[in-house]
Amino acid sequence: MESGLNQPDSAGAAQVRVVLPYHLRNLALVEGDVLLAVTAPVTLRAVLDALEARYPMLRGTIRDYGSGQRRAFLRFFACEEDWSLASPDAELPEAVATGKEPLLIIGAIAGG
Amino acid sequence: MSSVRVLVGTRKGAFVLTSDGKRKDWQVSGPFFAGWEIYHMKGSEADPNRIYVSQTSGWFGQLIQRSDDGGKTWHQPGLKPGESEMPCFPDKAPNRFLYDTSSETGKPLTTHQWYDGTQHPWEFKRVWHIEPSFSDPDTVYAGVEDAALFRSTDGGESWQELSGLRGHGTGAQWTPGAGGMGLHTIILDATNEKRIYIAISAAGTFRSDDGGQSWRPINKGLRSPYMPDEDAEVGHCVHHVAMHRARPDVLFMQKHWDVMRSDDAGENWHEVSGNLPTDFGFVIDVHAHEPETLYVVPIKSDSEHFPIDGKLRVYRSRTGGNEWEPLAKGLPEKDCYVNVLRDAMAVDRLDECGVYFGTTGGQVYASADAGDSWAPIVRDLPAVLSVEVQTMN
Repeated sequence: MESGLNQPDSAGAAQVRVVLPYHLRNLALVEGDVLLAVTAPVTLRAVLDALEARYPMLRGTIRDYGSGQRRAFLRFFACEEDWSLASPDAELPEAVATGKEPLLIIGAIAGG
Repeated sequence: MSSVRVLVGTRKGAFVLTSDGKRKDWQVSGPFFAGWEIYHMKGSEADPNRIYVSQTSGWFGQLIQRSDDGGKTWHQPGLKPGESEMPCFPDKAPNRFLYDTSSETGKPLTTHQWYDGTQHPWEFKRVWHIEPSFSDPDTVYAGVEDAALFRSTDGGESWQELSGLRGHGTGAQWTPGAGGMGLHTIILDATNEKRIYIAISAAGTFRSDDGGQSWRPINKGLRSPYMPDEDAEVGHCVHHVAMHRARPDVLFMQKHWDVMRSDDAGENWHEVSGNLPTDFGFVIDVHAHEPETLYVVPIKSDSEHFPIDGKLRVYRSRTGGNEWEPLAKGLPEKDCYVNVLRDAMAVDRLDECGVYFGTTGGQVYASADAGDSWAPIVRDLPAVLSVEVQTMN
Protein backbone atom coordinates (compact mmCIF):
# COMPACT_ATOMS: atom_id res chain seq x y z
CA MET A 1 0.00 0.00 0.00
CA GLU A 2 1.57 3.28 -1.07
CA SER A 3 0.93 6.83 0.02
CA GLY A 4 -0.16 8.83 -3.00
CA LEU A 5 1.00 12.09 -1.41
CA ASN A 6 4.54 10.85 -1.15
CA GLN A 7 4.84 9.72 -4.73
CA PRO A 8 4.00 12.40 -7.27
CA ASP A 9 4.15 11.19 -10.85
CA SER A 10 6.81 13.63 -12.05
CA ALA A 11 8.27 17.04 -11.41
CA GLY A 12 7.31 20.12 -13.33
CA ALA A 13 3.65 19.75 -14.15
CA ALA A 14 0.89 21.00 -11.86
CA GLN A 15 0.41 18.77 -8.82
CA VAL A 16 -3.25 17.99 -8.38
CA ARG A 17 -4.65 16.29 -5.29
CA VAL A 18 -7.45 13.79 -5.73
CA VAL A 19 -9.48 12.25 -2.93
CA LEU A 20 -10.77 8.80 -3.86
CA PRO A 21 -13.61 6.90 -2.20
CA TYR A 22 -12.68 4.00 0.08
CA HIS A 23 -13.13 1.17 -2.41
CA LEU A 24 -11.11 2.90 -5.13
CA ARG A 25 -8.27 3.61 -2.70
CA ASN A 26 -8.22 -0.11 -1.95
CA LEU A 27 -8.19 -1.01 -5.63
CA ALA A 28 -5.36 1.44 -6.34
CA LEU A 29 -3.44 0.28 -3.26
CA VAL A 30 -3.06 3.82 -1.94
CA GLU A 31 -3.65 5.45 1.41
CA GLY A 32 -4.77 9.05 1.69
CA ASP A 33 -4.92 11.52 -1.17
CA VAL A 34 -3.44 10.84 -4.58
CA LEU A 35 -1.03 13.43 -6.00
CA LEU A 36 -0.92 13.62 -9.79
CA ALA A 37 1.14 15.59 -12.26
CA VAL A 38 -1.27 17.19 -14.72
CA THR A 39 -0.28 19.35 -17.65
CA ALA A 40 -2.28 22.57 -18.04
CA PRO A 41 -5.04 23.22 -18.72
CA VAL A 42 -6.18 21.31 -15.66
CA THR A 43 -9.61 19.99 -16.57
CA LEU A 44 -11.67 17.12 -15.15
CA ARG A 45 -10.79 15.07 -18.21
CA ALA A 46 -7.08 15.78 -17.81
CA VAL A 47 -7.13 14.85 -14.13
CA LEU A 48 -9.07 11.63 -14.72
CA ASP A 49 -6.82 10.71 -17.64
CA ALA A 50 -3.77 11.22 -15.41
CA LEU A 51 -5.38 9.26 -12.60
CA GLU A 52 -6.18 6.30 -14.86
CA ALA A 53 -2.73 6.40 -16.45
CA ARG A 54 -1.07 6.20 -13.03
CA TYR A 55 -3.57 3.72 -11.61
CA PRO A 56 -4.88 1.74 -14.60
CA MET A 57 -6.89 -0.59 -12.41
CA LEU A 58 -9.27 2.35 -11.90
CA ARG A 59 -10.19 2.50 -15.57
CA GLY A 60 -13.86 1.89 -15.99
CA THR A 61 -14.61 2.43 -12.30
CA ILE A 62 -15.16 6.21 -12.52
CA ARG A 63 -16.06 6.62 -16.18
CA ASP A 64 -18.02 3.95 -18.03
CA TYR A 65 -15.89 2.10 -20.56
CA GLY A 66 -18.52 2.17 -23.25
CA SER A 67 -19.80 5.71 -23.00
CA GLY A 68 -16.97 7.50 -21.21
CA GLN A 69 -19.60 9.08 -18.97
CA ARG A 70 -19.28 9.57 -15.22
CA ARG A 71 -20.83 6.66 -13.36
CA ALA A 72 -24.24 7.62 -12.06
CA PHE A 73 -23.48 7.10 -8.37
CA LEU A 74 -20.27 9.13 -8.39
CA ARG A 75 -19.94 12.90 -8.05
CA PHE A 76 -17.09 15.36 -8.49
CA PHE A 77 -16.69 18.17 -5.95
CA ALA A 78 -14.09 20.96 -5.89
CA CYS A 79 -13.81 24.08 -3.76
CA GLU A 80 -17.25 23.41 -2.27
CA GLU A 81 -18.83 23.29 -5.72
CA ASP A 82 -20.43 20.38 -7.55
CA TRP A 83 -18.59 19.73 -10.82
CA SER A 84 -20.43 16.53 -11.64
CA LEU A 85 -22.44 18.05 -14.47
CA ALA A 86 -19.77 20.43 -15.69
CA SER A 87 -18.12 19.94 -19.05
CA PRO A 88 -15.16 17.56 -18.69
CA ASP A 89 -13.13 20.12 -20.62
CA ALA A 90 -13.86 23.07 -18.32
CA GLU A 91 -10.83 24.22 -16.34
CA LEU A 92 -10.96 23.37 -12.65
CA PRO A 93 -10.47 26.16 -10.08
CA GLU A 94 -6.92 27.42 -9.68
CA ALA A 95 -6.84 26.15 -6.11
CA VAL A 96 -7.32 22.62 -7.46
CA ALA A 97 -4.85 23.09 -10.30
CA THR A 98 -2.18 24.16 -7.82
CA GLY A 99 -2.91 21.43 -5.32
CA LYS A 100 -4.17 23.73 -2.57
CA GLU A 101 -7.60 22.16 -2.71
CA PRO A 102 -8.38 18.57 -3.73
CA LEU A 103 -10.70 17.23 -6.38
CA LEU A 104 -13.07 15.00 -4.47
CA ILE A 105 -14.56 11.91 -6.11
CA ILE A 106 -17.50 10.99 -3.93
CA GLY A 107 -19.68 7.91 -3.95
CA ALA A 108 -23.40 8.49 -3.45
CA ILE A 109 -24.53 7.73 0.07
CA ALA A 110 -27.06 5.04 -0.72
CA GLY A 111 -27.68 1.36 -0.43
CA GLY A 112 -27.23 -1.17 2.33
CA MET B 1 -6.08 -36.97 1.05
CA SER B 2 -9.06 -35.54 -0.75
CA SER B 3 -10.49 -32.16 0.14
CA VAL B 4 -13.10 -29.68 -1.02
CA ARG B 5 -13.06 -25.94 -1.47
CA VAL B 6 -16.42 -24.17 -1.49
CA LEU B 7 -16.41 -20.77 -3.21
CA VAL B 8 -19.16 -18.49 -1.92
CA GLY B 9 -20.11 -15.20 -3.54
CA THR B 10 -22.21 -12.85 -1.42
CA ARG B 11 -23.71 -9.36 -1.49
CA LYS B 12 -20.77 -8.07 0.52
CA GLY B 13 -17.73 -10.08 -0.44
CA ALA B 14 -16.32 -13.51 -1.25
CA PHE B 15 -15.62 -16.39 1.11
CA VAL B 16 -13.68 -19.63 0.71
CA LEU B 17 -14.72 -22.60 2.85
CA THR B 18 -12.38 -25.57 2.98
CA SER B 19 -12.56 -29.04 4.50
CA ASP B 20 -11.04 -32.46 4.13
CA GLY B 21 -12.96 -35.25 2.48
CA LYS B 22 -15.02 -35.92 5.59
CA ARG B 23 -16.62 -32.49 5.21
CA LYS B 24 -17.34 -32.10 8.90
CA ASP B 25 -14.80 -29.51 10.04
CA TRP B 26 -14.55 -26.35 7.97
CA GLN B 27 -12.18 -23.42 7.76
CA VAL B 28 -13.67 -20.13 6.63
CA SER B 29 -11.56 -17.46 4.97
CA GLY B 30 -12.72 -14.03 3.84
CA PRO B 31 -14.32 -11.72 3.24
CA PHE B 32 -12.34 -11.04 0.11
CA PHE B 33 -13.27 -7.89 -1.82
CA ALA B 34 -15.23 -6.78 1.25
CA GLY B 35 -18.19 -4.57 0.53
CA TRP B 36 -18.48 -5.58 -3.14
CA GLU B 37 -21.11 -7.80 -4.69
CA ILE B 38 -19.60 -11.10 -5.77
CA TYR B 39 -22.01 -12.48 -8.30
CA HIS B 40 -19.95 -15.56 -9.06
CA MET B 41 -16.60 -17.22 -8.52
CA LYS B 42 -15.44 -20.44 -10.10
CA GLY B 43 -12.26 -22.49 -10.28
CA SER B 44 -10.61 -24.00 -13.32
CA GLU B 45 -10.58 -27.77 -13.64
CA ALA B 46 -7.46 -27.51 -15.78
CA ASP B 47 -5.68 -25.74 -12.92
CA PRO B 48 -7.56 -25.85 -9.59
CA ASN B 49 -5.41 -23.06 -8.20
CA ARG B 50 -6.86 -20.73 -10.81
CA ILE B 51 -10.07 -19.12 -9.56
CA TYR B 52 -11.98 -16.36 -11.35
CA VAL B 53 -14.23 -13.87 -9.55
CA SER B 54 -16.87 -11.45 -10.76
CA GLN B 55 -16.65 -8.41 -8.48
CA THR B 56 -19.27 -5.76 -9.12
CA SER B 57 -20.70 -2.58 -7.68
CA GLY B 58 -23.50 -0.20 -8.49
CA TRP B 59 -21.02 2.61 -7.85
CA PHE B 60 -17.85 1.45 -9.57
CA GLY B 61 -18.95 -1.06 -12.18
CA GLN B 62 -17.44 -4.42 -13.01
CA LEU B 63 -14.09 -5.92 -12.09
CA ILE B 64 -12.62 -9.35 -12.66
CA GLN B 65 -10.33 -10.80 -10.02
CA ARG B 66 -8.20 -13.91 -10.24
CA SER B 67 -6.28 -16.16 -7.91
CA ASP B 68 -3.44 -18.37 -9.09
CA ASP B 69 -2.83 -19.96 -5.69
CA GLY B 70 -6.17 -21.43 -4.73
CA GLY B 71 -7.59 -18.30 -3.15
CA LYS B 72 -4.70 -17.23 -0.94
CA THR B 73 -4.00 -14.08 -2.97
CA TRP B 74 -6.00 -12.23 -5.60
CA HIS B 75 -5.28 -9.80 -8.37
CA GLN B 76 -6.87 -8.27 -11.38
CA PRO B 77 -5.68 -10.21 -14.43
CA GLY B 78 -2.66 -8.45 -15.85
CA LEU B 79 -1.72 -7.02 -12.46
CA LYS B 80 0.67 -8.79 -10.15
CA PRO B 81 -0.56 -9.39 -6.59
CA GLY B 82 0.20 -6.40 -4.38
CA GLU B 83 1.38 -4.20 -7.23
CA SER B 84 -0.35 -1.31 -8.92
CA GLU B 85 1.51 -1.43 -12.24
CA MET B 86 -0.59 -3.03 -14.93
CA PRO B 87 1.56 -3.41 -18.03
CA CYS B 88 -1.21 -4.91 -20.13
CA PHE B 89 -3.03 -1.57 -20.23
CA PRO B 90 -4.19 0.14 -22.35
CA ASP B 91 -4.34 -2.57 -25.02
CA LYS B 92 -5.96 -4.97 -22.62
CA ALA B 93 -8.25 -4.36 -19.69
CA PRO B 94 -9.68 -7.06 -17.42
CA ASN B 95 -12.79 -5.02 -16.66
CA ARG B 96 -13.57 -3.85 -20.19
CA PHE B 97 -16.66 -5.58 -21.56
CA LEU B 98 -17.59 -3.81 -24.77
CA TYR B 99 -20.30 -5.16 -27.03
CA ASP B 100 -18.97 -6.06 -30.44
CA THR B 101 -20.21 -3.58 -33.01
CA SER B 102 -17.51 -4.15 -35.57
CA SER B 103 -18.64 -4.53 -39.16
CA GLU B 104 -16.57 -7.71 -39.55
CA THR B 105 -17.80 -9.77 -36.63
CA GLY B 106 -20.38 -7.81 -34.71
CA LYS B 107 -23.82 -6.46 -35.26
CA PRO B 108 -25.05 -2.92 -34.81
CA LEU B 109 -25.79 -2.41 -31.14
CA THR B 110 -29.52 -2.62 -31.55
CA THR B 111 -32.19 -2.92 -28.87
CA HIS B 112 -34.03 -5.47 -26.79
CA GLN B 113 -37.50 -5.36 -25.30
CA TRP B 114 -37.92 -3.35 -22.11
CA TYR B 115 -40.32 -4.17 -19.27
CA ASP B 116 -43.07 -2.03 -20.82
CA GLY B 117 -42.74 -3.59 -24.28
CA THR B 118 -40.78 -0.73 -25.81
CA GLN B 119 -37.33 -1.23 -27.27
CA HIS B 120 -34.31 -0.38 -25.12
CA PRO B 121 -30.62 -0.13 -25.97
CA TRP B 122 -28.18 -2.78 -24.77
CA GLU B 123 -26.28 -1.53 -21.71
CA PHE B 124 -23.52 -3.50 -20.00
CA LYS B 125 -24.07 -3.75 -16.23
CA ARG B 126 -22.23 -6.71 -14.72
CA VAL B 127 -20.93 -10.26 -15.07
CA TRP B 128 -23.38 -12.79 -13.68
CA HIS B 129 -21.52 -16.02 -14.35
CA ILE B 130 -17.96 -17.11 -15.11
CA GLU B 131 -17.24 -20.49 -16.69
CA PRO B 132 -13.63 -21.62 -17.11
CA SER B 133 -12.73 -23.97 -19.94
CA PHE B 134 -12.21 -27.63 -19.06
CA SER B 135 -8.88 -27.80 -20.86
CA ASP B 136 -7.20 -24.38 -20.67
CA PRO B 137 -7.00 -22.29 -17.48
CA ASP B 138 -6.57 -19.12 -19.54
CA THR B 139 -9.77 -19.63 -21.50
CA VAL B 140 -12.87 -18.50 -19.65
CA TYR B 141 -16.40 -17.42 -20.55
CA ALA B 142 -18.45 -14.65 -18.94
CA GLY B 143 -22.21 -14.27 -19.06
CA VAL B 144 -23.22 -10.66 -18.62
CA GLU B 145 -26.16 -8.31 -18.11
CA ASP B 146 -27.49 -7.01 -20.52
CA ALA B 147 -27.38 -10.49 -21.91
CA ALA B 148 -24.31 -11.37 -23.93
CA LEU B 149 -21.52 -13.93 -23.85
CA PHE B 150 -17.86 -12.90 -23.64
CA ARG B 151 -14.71 -15.01 -23.84
CA SER B 152 -11.17 -14.44 -22.70
CA THR B 153 -8.24 -16.54 -23.92
CA ASP B 154 -5.59 -14.71 -21.89
CA GLY B 155 -6.65 -15.47 -18.35
CA GLY B 156 -9.14 -12.63 -18.11
CA GLU B 157 -6.82 -9.83 -19.22
CA SER B 158 -9.11 -9.01 -22.13
CA TRP B 159 -12.59 -10.02 -23.22
CA GLN B 160 -14.28 -10.35 -26.58
CA GLU B 161 -17.98 -10.76 -27.18
CA LEU B 162 -19.23 -13.84 -28.99
CA SER B 163 -21.61 -11.61 -30.86
CA GLY B 164 -23.35 -14.33 -32.82
CA LEU B 165 -25.56 -14.92 -29.78
CA ARG B 166 -26.84 -11.39 -29.27
CA GLY B 167 -27.03 -10.84 -33.00
CA HIS B 168 -28.55 -14.08 -34.20
CA GLY B 169 -31.97 -12.56 -34.76
CA THR B 170 -34.24 -12.86 -31.74
CA GLY B 171 -32.48 -10.29 -29.53
CA ALA B 172 -35.14 -7.68 -30.04
CA GLN B 173 -37.62 -10.01 -28.28
CA TRP B 174 -35.48 -10.62 -25.18
CA THR B 175 -36.80 -9.02 -22.01
CA PRO B 176 -35.20 -8.46 -18.60
CA GLY B 177 -36.49 -10.48 -15.69
CA ALA B 178 -37.07 -8.83 -12.35
CA GLY B 179 -33.37 -9.03 -11.58
CA GLY B 180 -32.25 -7.78 -14.97
CA MET B 181 -31.52 -9.34 -18.33
CA GLY B 182 -28.67 -11.56 -17.31
CA LEU B 183 -26.94 -14.41 -19.08
CA HIS B 184 -26.68 -16.58 -15.99
CA THR B 185 -25.95 -20.12 -17.17
CA ILE B 186 -23.04 -21.32 -19.27
CA ILE B 187 -22.61 -25.07 -19.75
CA LEU B 188 -19.58 -26.41 -21.57
CA ASP B 189 -19.37 -29.94 -22.93
CA ALA B 190 -16.20 -31.68 -21.79
CA THR B 191 -16.46 -34.14 -24.68
CA ASN B 192 -17.13 -31.57 -27.39
CA GLU B 193 -15.54 -28.16 -27.07
CA LYS B 194 -17.66 -26.84 -29.93
CA ARG B 195 -20.90 -27.24 -27.99
CA ILE B 196 -22.01 -24.54 -25.54
CA TYR B 197 -25.36 -24.08 -23.83
CA ILE B 198 -26.38 -20.78 -22.27
CA ALA B 199 -29.54 -19.45 -20.63
CA ILE B 200 -30.89 -15.94 -20.21
CA SER B 201 -33.64 -14.40 -18.09
CA ALA B 202 -35.96 -13.75 -19.78
CA ALA B 203 -35.10 -15.02 -23.20
CA GLY B 204 -34.61 -18.75 -22.78
CA THR B 205 -31.98 -21.34 -23.59
CA PHE B 206 -29.64 -21.26 -26.58
CA ARG B 207 -27.08 -23.64 -28.07
CA SER B 208 -23.99 -23.27 -30.18
CA ASP B 209 -22.40 -26.20 -31.99
CA ASP B 210 -19.48 -24.26 -33.44
CA GLY B 211 -17.68 -22.96 -30.38
CA GLY B 212 -19.90 -19.94 -29.85
CA GLN B 213 -19.85 -18.44 -33.32
CA SER B 214 -23.49 -19.14 -34.19
CA TRP B 215 -26.49 -19.76 -31.97
CA ARG B 216 -30.11 -20.75 -32.03
CA PRO B 217 -32.88 -20.89 -29.43
CA ILE B 218 -33.72 -24.32 -27.96
CA ASN B 219 -36.98 -23.70 -26.11
CA LYS B 220 -39.50 -26.02 -27.77
CA GLY B 221 -41.80 -27.43 -25.12
CA LEU B 222 -41.49 -24.55 -22.67
CA ARG B 223 -44.77 -22.88 -21.78
CA SER B 224 -44.89 -19.52 -20.01
CA PRO B 225 -48.39 -18.16 -19.34
CA TYR B 226 -47.02 -14.70 -18.59
CA MET B 227 -46.28 -14.25 -22.31
CA PRO B 228 -48.87 -13.40 -24.97
CA ASP B 229 -47.76 -16.48 -26.91
CA GLU B 230 -47.00 -18.91 -24.13
CA ASP B 231 -44.91 -21.30 -26.23
CA ALA B 232 -43.02 -18.65 -28.19
CA GLU B 233 -39.54 -19.36 -29.53
CA VAL B 234 -37.95 -16.95 -27.02
CA GLY B 235 -38.99 -14.92 -23.99
CA HIS B 236 -39.07 -17.68 -21.37
CA CYS B 237 -37.72 -16.94 -17.91
CA VAL B 238 -35.28 -19.82 -17.52
CA HIS B 239 -33.81 -19.71 -14.04
CA HIS B 240 -31.08 -22.33 -14.34
CA VAL B 241 -30.00 -25.35 -16.37
CA ALA B 242 -27.90 -28.31 -15.26
CA MET B 243 -26.21 -31.17 -17.08
CA HIS B 244 -24.32 -34.29 -16.03
CA ARG B 245 -21.03 -34.24 -17.88
CA ALA B 246 -21.30 -37.91 -18.83
CA ARG B 247 -24.57 -37.25 -20.65
CA PRO B 248 -24.19 -33.95 -22.49
CA ASP B 249 -27.43 -34.36 -24.42
CA VAL B 250 -29.57 -34.55 -21.27
CA LEU B 251 -30.46 -31.20 -19.70
CA PHE B 252 -32.51 -30.32 -16.65
CA MET B 253 -34.06 -26.89 -16.21
CA GLN B 254 -35.62 -24.95 -13.36
CA LYS B 255 -37.83 -22.50 -15.19
CA HIS B 256 -39.64 -19.62 -13.49
CA TRP B 257 -42.40 -22.15 -12.99
CA ASP B 258 -41.86 -25.78 -14.05
CA VAL B 259 -38.97 -28.20 -13.79
CA MET B 260 -38.14 -29.40 -17.30
CA ARG B 261 -36.05 -32.07 -18.99
CA SER B 262 -34.59 -32.50 -22.45
CA ASP B 263 -33.07 -35.73 -23.77
CA ASP B 264 -31.97 -34.34 -27.13
CA ALA B 265 -29.64 -31.45 -26.36
CA GLY B 266 -32.47 -29.01 -25.83
CA GLU B 267 -34.36 -29.69 -29.07
CA ASN B 268 -37.45 -30.68 -27.08
CA TRP B 269 -38.39 -30.19 -23.43
CA HIS B 270 -40.98 -31.88 -21.27
CA GLU B 271 -42.08 -31.16 -17.74
CA VAL B 272 -40.83 -33.34 -14.87
CA SER B 273 -42.23 -31.35 -11.93
CA GLY B 274 -44.22 -34.40 -10.86
CA ASN B 275 -45.09 -34.38 -7.17
CA LEU B 276 -43.14 -31.28 -6.17
CA PRO B 277 -45.14 -29.13 -3.73
CA THR B 278 -44.41 -26.13 -5.96
CA ASP B 279 -42.41 -26.09 -9.15
CA PHE B 280 -41.23 -22.51 -8.77
CA GLY B 281 -37.58 -22.15 -7.79
CA PHE B 282 -34.18 -21.06 -8.91
CA VAL B 283 -31.51 -23.75 -8.44
CA ILE B 284 -31.21 -27.16 -10.02
CA ASP B 285 -28.25 -29.53 -10.03
CA VAL B 286 -27.31 -33.11 -10.83
CA HIS B 287 -25.56 -35.68 -8.62
CA ALA B 288 -21.90 -36.06 -9.60
CA HIS B 289 -22.11 -39.82 -10.16
CA GLU B 290 -25.80 -40.54 -10.74
CA PRO B 291 -27.03 -38.77 -13.88
CA GLU B 292 -30.68 -39.40 -13.01
CA THR B 293 -30.44 -37.89 -9.52
CA LEU B 294 -31.50 -34.24 -9.39
CA TYR B 295 -31.83 -31.59 -6.71
CA VAL B 296 -34.08 -28.54 -6.54
CA VAL B 297 -35.19 -26.21 -3.77
CA PRO B 298 -38.90 -25.45 -4.22
CA ILE B 299 -39.84 -21.85 -3.52
CA LYS B 300 -43.45 -20.96 -2.77
CA SER B 301 -44.17 -18.71 -5.76
CA ASP B 302 -42.95 -15.86 -7.92
CA SER B 303 -44.72 -13.51 -5.54
CA GLU B 304 -43.37 -15.08 -2.34
CA HIS B 305 -39.71 -16.00 -2.67
CA PHE B 306 -39.37 -18.30 0.33
CA PRO B 307 -40.02 -21.95 1.19
CA ILE B 308 -43.55 -23.17 1.76
CA ASP B 309 -44.68 -22.93 5.42
CA GLY B 310 -41.26 -21.70 6.52
CA LYS B 311 -39.74 -25.19 6.04
CA LEU B 312 -36.51 -25.22 4.06
CA ARG B 313 -36.34 -28.42 2.06
CA VAL B 314 -34.28 -29.73 -0.80
CA TYR B 315 -36.13 -32.11 -3.07
CA ARG B 316 -34.33 -35.00 -4.73
CA SER B 317 -35.40 -37.14 -7.64
CA ARG B 318 -33.58 -40.40 -8.32
CA THR B 319 -35.61 -41.01 -11.47
CA GLY B 320 -34.63 -38.04 -13.59
CA GLY B 321 -37.65 -36.08 -12.43
CA ASN B 322 -41.37 -36.58 -11.77
CA GLU B 323 -40.85 -38.55 -8.53
CA TRP B 324 -39.42 -36.31 -5.82
CA GLU B 325 -38.63 -36.82 -2.15
CA PRO B 326 -38.19 -34.06 0.42
CA LEU B 327 -34.82 -33.85 2.19
CA ALA B 328 -35.24 -32.08 5.50
CA LYS B 329 -32.83 -33.66 8.00
CA GLY B 330 -30.74 -30.85 9.43
CA LEU B 331 -32.58 -28.06 7.63
CA PRO B 332 -34.87 -25.51 9.34
CA GLU B 333 -38.30 -26.97 10.04
CA LYS B 334 -40.02 -23.68 10.83
CA ASP B 335 -39.76 -19.91 10.52
CA CYS B 336 -37.39 -20.04 7.57
CA TYR B 337 -38.09 -17.41 4.92
CA VAL B 338 -34.93 -17.27 2.88
CA ASN B 339 -34.44 -17.73 -0.84
CA VAL B 340 -31.88 -19.84 -2.70
CA LEU B 341 -30.69 -18.01 -5.80
CA ARG B 342 -30.00 -19.60 -9.18
CA ASP B 343 -26.24 -20.04 -8.93
CA ALA B 344 -26.22 -20.96 -5.24
CA MET B 345 -26.14 -24.78 -5.43
CA ALA B 346 -23.26 -27.07 -6.36
CA VAL B 347 -22.08 -30.65 -5.93
CA ASP B 348 -18.64 -32.06 -5.22
CA ARG B 349 -17.14 -35.10 -6.94
CA LEU B 350 -16.07 -37.16 -3.95
CA ASP B 351 -17.18 -40.82 -3.88
CA GLU B 352 -20.06 -39.91 -1.57
CA CYS B 353 -21.38 -36.95 -3.48
CA GLY B 354 -21.57 -33.75 -1.45
CA VAL B 355 -24.29 -31.18 -2.12
CA TYR B 356 -24.09 -27.52 -1.10
CA PHE B 357 -26.37 -24.51 -1.25
CA GLY B 358 -26.42 -20.97 0.08
CA THR B 359 -29.32 -18.80 1.12
CA THR B 360 -30.19 -15.14 1.08
CA GLY B 361 -30.08 -15.39 4.87
CA GLY B 362 -26.34 -16.05 4.73
CA GLN B 363 -26.32 -19.75 5.53
CA VAL B 364 -24.33 -22.26 3.51
CA TYR B 365 -25.59 -25.80 4.02
CA ALA B 366 -23.64 -28.92 3.14
CA SER B 367 -24.59 -32.55 2.82
CA ALA B 368 -21.84 -35.17 2.73
CA ASP B 369 -24.30 -37.98 1.96
CA ALA B 370 -25.95 -36.90 -1.27
CA GLY B 371 -28.65 -34.93 0.52
CA ASP B 372 -29.79 -37.42 3.17
CA SER B 373 -28.66 -35.05 5.93
CA TRP B 374 -27.54 -31.45 6.11
CA ALA B 375 -25.56 -29.16 8.37
CA PRO B 376 -24.66 -25.49 8.07
CA ILE B 377 -21.03 -24.69 7.33
CA VAL B 378 -21.68 -21.04 8.17
CA ARG B 379 -24.84 -19.31 9.33
CA ASP B 380 -24.30 -15.59 9.19
CA LEU B 381 -22.68 -14.52 5.94
CA PRO B 382 -24.16 -11.74 3.83
CA ALA B 383 -26.84 -12.88 1.39
CA VAL B 384 -25.38 -15.67 -0.73
CA LEU B 385 -25.42 -15.11 -4.49
CA SER B 386 -23.44 -18.11 -5.68
CA VAL B 387 -21.88 -21.36 -4.51
CA GLU B 388 -19.34 -23.43 -6.42
CA VAL B 389 -17.26 -26.40 -5.27
CA GLN B 390 -13.80 -27.59 -6.17
CA THR B 391 -12.92 -31.20 -5.41
CA MET B 392 -9.25 -31.97 -4.84
CA ASN B 393 -8.04 -35.56 -4.74
